[in-house]
This record gives sequence, structure tokens and C-alpha cells, in this order.
Amino acid sequence: MAEYEFETEGVKKTFTFMNRKAPYGTVYALEVLETVLISAAFEQHANIVFCDDGVYQLKAGHDTADIGMKNFSPTFGIIEMEKEDADEDEDIDMNWRIIIEKESMEARGLTADDFKVEVEVLSAAELADIIDASDCVIGG
Amino acid sequence: MLHTVNKSPFERNSLDTCLRLSKEGSAILLIEDGVIAAIKGTEQSAKIEGAVANRPVYVLGPDVKARGLSEDQVIDGVKVVDYAGFVSLAEEHGTHNAWL
Repeated sequence: MAEYEFETEGVKKTFTFMNRKAPYGTVYALEVLETVLISAAFEQHANIVFCDDGVYQLKAGHDTADIGMKNFSPTFGIIEMEKEDADEDEDIDMNWRIIIEKESMEARGLTADDFKVEVEVLSAAELADIIDASDCVIGG
Repeated sequence: MLHTVNKSPFERNSLDTCLRLSKEGSAILLIEDGVIAAIKGTEQSAKIEGAVANRPVYVLGPDVKARGLSEDQVIDGVKVVDYAGFVSLAEEHGTHNAWL
């Protein structure tokens, strides 16, 4: 088998992860979540964005017992811990933001208190700037 | 930044969200079922008619033809590109955002 060398030492990019689908109905939410976790392994900067029905991924109180699927929402608690570690530890050069789009949240009758982790609520215009300034956008 | 939309505006809100969360001036390329948004005289036409006023909008010709639509039905101001044009757009803009 060929051996590959990756020159990734010191490479640092800002990734924006777009979560636009409600959880459980499709595999999008889980796939994006896995990608976020991989980016953490490489200590990359990440804007983890929730808009459209994606805002339901962060809604507190998921109970999937009766649909026979794994409730993956506790993983967002790990993301929040990861973010806190990165914020506090000077040795980790990793900036993570967990962002909810205000328009999508309000359209669904939700408020910032409905989510299981602490979020930044940003307007569409503020979010557009963040997306535009990122090095890589992962849609989902 | 190049934004691609591959879903029909009659089926999904991908185009709406793309227009809401992208900067004026950034390019949009409509591909696959997304090309339906580029057609004149539909209930969804106003979205792309509005978008061409403040940004470059492209549509992938092979996807238009494949759906029995023709290039003369494409909204004025929307540029039709082929696969090579798609590659050039991706190369020019560097960063790509796929609205699924």
C-alpha cells in the first residue's frame, strides 16, 4: 500500500459547518457533527452554525427512545466542553463558535433558552459575514 | 465565494436560505434541480430576478437541457455555463458553499 505524507503541521483554517436539517429524519445532522469532531482532532477553528430546521438539532429534551434511534444530542454537550477548553487553554489555538441564526430561531417560535448548550444568536446579515470570511464551508 | 444550489425552490428552501445568508456580490451557480429557479414565468422566478440585480448568477446548461427546458427560458441576466465554466467558476472563487 502506498504511503502518503500529509504536510498539515501548523495548517490552520476556519471551517463553517452549516447545519440546516432537523435531526433524525435524514443523516445530514449526524454526518456534519462527525465532521465537526474530526476538525477538533486537527485543532481547526470552527463556526458551528444552526439555521433553518437545523436549529432543532440543539433543542433541549430530545427523547428518541420510541423511534429506535440513538439520541446524538448529548454530543453537543461535548462540543460545548471542547469549546470551553479551547477558550480557556492558552496552549490550544482553536476558536469555536456555536451560532444560531436569529431569523430561523424566531420563525420556529424558539428562544435562546430552548437550546441545550449556550449559543450565540446572530442575524442573517451578521452570519453572512461569518460565512463569507471562512476558508471552508461544509454544508448539510 | 461561489454558492451552488442544487434543489428546486418548489421543493426546498435552499435557495431562500442561500439568498438570505450570502453576501451581495457573491456568485450563485444553479445546478441539478436548482436550475428550475432560473426559469422565467414561474411562481419562484422573482427570487432569481431579484438576485441578478446585485450579484452574478449562473446556471448549468446541461442540467437545463436534461429537464426539457431551453436556454431561452432562462431569466435575463443569468449566464448559462457548461461544465468547463463550472470548473472555471470554482477555480476563480476559491471557496465554495454547497446549499443542499
